[in-house]
Amino acid sequence: MSSYFIFDKIIVKENMQSRPDEHGKYGIYGGKFAPEVLMSALEELEKAFNRFYSDKRFKEELNRLLRTYAGRPTSLYFAQNLSERYGAKIYLKREDLVHGGAHKLNNTLGQCLLAKHMGKKRIIAETGAGQHGVASAMAAAVLGLECEVYMGTEDIERQKLNVFRMELLGARVNPVDSGSKTLKDAINESMRDWVTNVENTYYLIGSVVGPHPYPLMVREFQRVIGNETKEQIRDAEGRLPDTIVACVGGGSNAMGIFYDFLDDDAVELVGVEAAGKGLETGEHGASICAGTEGVLHGMYSKLLQDEHGQIKQSYSFAPGLDYPGVGPELAYLADSGRVKMVSATDEETLIAFEILSKLEGIIPALESAHAVHYAIEEAKAKAKERKENLIVVNLSGRGDKDIFLVEKVLGGECK
Amino acid sequence: MHLEEKFKELKERKEKALIGFVTAGYPTAEGTQEIARAMVKGGVDILELGLPFSDPIADGVTIQRASERSLEAGMNTDVYFEVAAGIKGVEKVCLTYYNLVLQRGLEDFIADCESAGIKGLVVPDLPVEESKPLLRICDRHDETDLIFLIAPTTTEKRMARILDVASGFVYVVSLLGVTGAREHISDAIHPLIRRIREVKTFIPLAVGFGISKPEHVRTVCEVADGAIVGSAFIRLIEKGLESESKASMLREIEEYTRSLKAGTKTV
Ligand SMILES: Cc1ncc(COP(=O)(O)O)c(C=O)c1O
Repeated sequence: MSSYFIFDKIIVKENMQSRPDEHGKYGIYGGKFAPEVLMSALEELEKAFNRFYSDKRFKEELNRLLRTYAGRPTSLYFAQNLSERYGAKIYLKREDLVHGGAHKLNNTLGQCLLAKHMGKKRIIAETGAGQHGVASAMAAAVLGLECEVYMGTEDIERQKLNVFRMELLGARVNPVDSGSKTLKDAINESMRDWVTNVENTYYLIGSVVGPHPYPLMVREFQRVIGNETKEQIRDAEGRLPDTIVACVGGGSNAMGIFYDFLDDDAVELVGVEAAGKGLETGEHGASICAGTEGVLHGMYSKLLQDEHGQIKQSYSFAPGLDYPGVGPELAYLADSGRVKMVSATDEETLIAFEILSKLEGIIPALESAHAVHYAIEEAKAKAKERKENLIVVNLSGRGDKDIFLVEKVLGGECK
Repeated sequence: MHLEEKFKELKERKEKALIGFVTAGYPTAEGTQEIARAMVKGGVDILELGLPFSDPIADGVTIQRASERSLEAGMNTDVYFEVAAGIKGVEKVCLTYYNLVLQRGLEDFIADCESAGIKGLVVPDLPVEESKPLLRICDRHDETDLIFLIAPTTTEKRMARILDVASGFVYVVSLLGVTGAREHISDAIHPLIRRIREVKTFIPLAVGFGISKPEHVRTVCEVADGAIVGSAFIRLIEKGLESESKASMLREIEEYTRSLKAGTKTV
């Protein structure tokens, strides 16, 4: 925390609003490290985003879709049983109730609408857990766009249900068999497609990653989460929360719920990365907690890499967190101390997954269960101090997609 | 010799440049040196030696596969510079992705290029907007040119900006897409070269992406100063590894290089 408070707060606050700078940088992070072929497309995209995002009609159209199609606002649910058990007030921001089962649709509706306004007919997207792929297929269907999704063969195996859903929704799923066969390689393949078809194709990135302006656009389209949360928690509790927790893969659900609280210094913002089998094993997805600076997928950020700069394979049993990079703005906020970064292992996460299912009747996505784990630990720690503790967990998605995987891990036998 | 002098020398001989690309360490570090020797014997003017990256977003399947194999066989930046230093009798250019330059340190990377006799550096994910730190170091050392790419989608404004700082040669990307051998060369080349020449007349232009046949080279060399052939060499190596003996593979690479080189002679 400390380094954040060293700065003159007013200046920091002004900077918060003006980030990224005109080069797409968040401090040292971000930028546009893209092949030459794409540079003009990125410029065009930035211009289109600036124009439409401030346009009243565009906003109205997007809000209508968010309300009537996606089911927003999502509720802020007071998890009474969980709260009683662990001695804190724990609220869940129910992004699992968004149509499709995750926060991803907030972004895909925004970007597909933008694509449509730009006159693009074909959408491509990468997906890890399949949630962004499903959300892309839905948004493309409702807005009448053609959709192709790149997905690693390893993830196709892990998330079969979502592959079938995408196909039902009219999207084509292209298997990616290179590299680690997961999200990172699906992004590589999407970029190659975009380089080839840039003139008629819109690349719909699913998180706050990639070259500028993607981290900015995706954050803006996900900000609705924090925006609603702020009003809802004030209505419910008459004050802001002590802590907001979100899981971090690329960082879109985290940036989405954090952003409108950045200037509220008393609200602690916590991002939970995947510690996989444990940070010490090297098998994890914790790019901020255990990574170093470098360039991947068009951005300067924190990455998992070897000493020469070759990207390492990440690992998490939650496919949406199985990525060796992270959004540049989150890397910046972690450095500045405004966001605290922690991690949770597969094992810890699985326990939280079961607890939430049994206590609240809500099966969380494995990704989101990482954040639930932290909330429980935080509640337990503060309960000893006997202070009132108000925690909001961003429940980024529901766990239907994960039940086969969990069944396998639990050996077909729920404890 | 600086790259621009090399182009000048070729011009005096009424030739254009044949630039051949191979992935260093594919199939092995020693193998690359033998392959490079064969290409030199066949008459390659500039050897573009790829330092493989785990996530080559600008490359098609052929170079992706070669990169993966090379990394599996132990290639890394240290080994790369040893391999490069061992190749003689040809001008050398390094092609790699920005993260590998960053992790070695910009200053060290350029110093190592200089020691290994590498005269140019192509970084496909480093557009002119992000190039300032590396460009400054290249300028100070004045041995290794930072080679910029220009594509059919490059706007006039960015083209002017690129040509303002470009040195060595400009890598003209002939099509929208990734690297990989293609049956026909793109007809986007001529208008693109014309657009570049309207801005700057005196920097060598080398055309790459998709070039694989002597007649492609000949067509390209009618309007440009050089042709870059990459994936087609990798494919020859792939084929050689599957079937023939090493000696016959090297002979074939030499012959293929010679056939391409013939297309660069304008008389
Ligand atoms: C439910 C859910 N939560 C979180 C994530 C991680 O992405 P991000 O960090 O961008 O929110 C994913 C990604 O697929 C997801 O499906």
